[in-house]
Amino acid sequence: MKRVVITGAGTVNALGLTVPDTIAALAEGRCAIGPLDLPGAGRLSVRIGAAVTGFDPAPHLSPRQISLCDRFAQFALVAAAEAVQAAGPGALGPGAGVILGTAGGGLASSEAAYHAVFAEGAARVHPFTVPRLMASAATSHLTMAFGLKGPAFTVSTACAASNHAIGLAFQTIRAGAAPAMLAGGSEAMLTFGGIKAWEGLRVLSETGCRPFCASRDGMVMGEGAAVFVLEERDRALARGAPILAEIAGFGMTADAGDIVAPDPEGAAAAMRAALGDAGLAPSEIGYINAHGTGTPLNDRSECAAIRAVFGTDAGRVPVSSTKSLHGHLIGAAGAVELLAVLLALGQGVIAPTAGVRSLDPDCALDVVCGQARRAQVGAALSNAFAFGGLNAVLALRAA
Amino acid sequence: MTIEAEVIAILARQSGVAPAAIGPETGIDALGLDSLGLVETIFALEERFGISIPFAPAAEGRERDFDLSTVAGIVAGVAALRARPAAA
Repeated sequence: MKRVVITGAGTVNALGLTVPDTIAALAEGRCAIGPLDLPGAGRLSVRIGAAVTGFDPAPHLSPRQISLCDRFAQFALVAAAEAVQAAGPGALGPGAGVILGTAGGGLASSEAAYHAVFAEGAARVHPFTVPRLMASAATSHLTMAFGLKGPAFTVSTACAASNHAIGLAFQTIRAGAAPAMLAGGSEAMLTFGGIKAWEGLRVLSETGCRPFCASRDGMVMGEGAAVFVLEERDRALARGAPILAEIAGFGMTADAGDIVAPDPEGAAAAMRAALGDAGLAPSEIGYINAHGTGTPLNDRSECAAIRAVFGTDAGRVPVSSTKSLHGHLIGAAGAVELLAVLLALGQGVIAPTAGVRSLDPDCALDVVCGQARRAQVGAALSNAFAFGGLNAVLALRAA
Repeated sequence: MTIEAEVIAILARQSGVAPAAIGPETGIDALGLDSLGLVETIFALEERFGISIPFAPAAEGRERDFDLSTVAGIVAGVAALRARPAAA
């Protein structure tokens, strides 16, 4: 089987509009969560989020691309351009493909169209409403922008979507079905209706995102995208590409339990599957980027799963949730969080969990809190556990 | 602003051709609009003038009472639709 490496990264998120800015913010432990400024915010009970500010697609996209693309697809295009540039010439090619994750797709476009016809009594909606809202739009635009004619599709598995996307792209290259892939996720759910929907579920915090903290009271929504160039290792070495990390394994499982409540057994099974796929022992893992949403239920369940998998080693593996910094990017969460994994593997810096006042005794692991920690990390796990019990865990090794 | 000036402004924005280079006899084909550009142009005309333009690319070949081939045709069509009471 072929080995798969990451040779380029790109992002747009609340911490930064590029990878270097995001990496710097992660290393600083800077929190991008703040008051939301959107139409109708006065009618929201949750008014905080990690919004992308200062994003201007105009320098990156053509007027036609901007007109055809919802915000989530614009994020993906801009992030992909940064990744492809970073990977250097020859990274892609006609046999290469794209797999992206998203949960909401072009939600703002759906909302605008519904608002026009339902609330305003408009006779028509914008003619590009369908190509803007379809969940696969970002993937299609990436194929067109970079001439990618290999395997290309979108996966939608709620909060695990981008980990599933990256894992499937990894498997595609490992199996020899494509020499290189763009993979990641994109989400733009910080809309009035998007927040209202999440509000209804009573899982959003009105105070902040404090994963593993005894005082945690919910998740905080973010938005953005991260896209990576995945490449067959020998090919990357032959062209002298920068190698950011190796994707060593992928594990996915389903809880088959509840549509919202997590099951520690499903999460543990996914971590074990990723370790087994990578041929890594738990003792080799030097960092876990947790799903760590900051809801009472997720964090307790995830910590129980980590204890089940790591046993006596559980207390010595550094864990952090960077959702406390960039918010929960839903279908793009695992992709943006992979940047924190690359920071740990490449620069020996573990990005912290912000906002923790005192650890919940149920979450008493080695949680990196407050500020970043220096550590030699040879291998790491990145967790994503979606509503509906769909679990996707990536295992990575340092380059 | 006359209907013609507004039609030209919409076509110029969609095609990227300067408004001064577009006149009544300009053919739509000469502006290089593709099918998406044409659909977006029709939407802009409908929104601007509060009309509904009969146009279905899927029904090509069928008799149309709206001439989209030239600027003058569009202006005449818009004027006729505006003069008509709004369709139910």
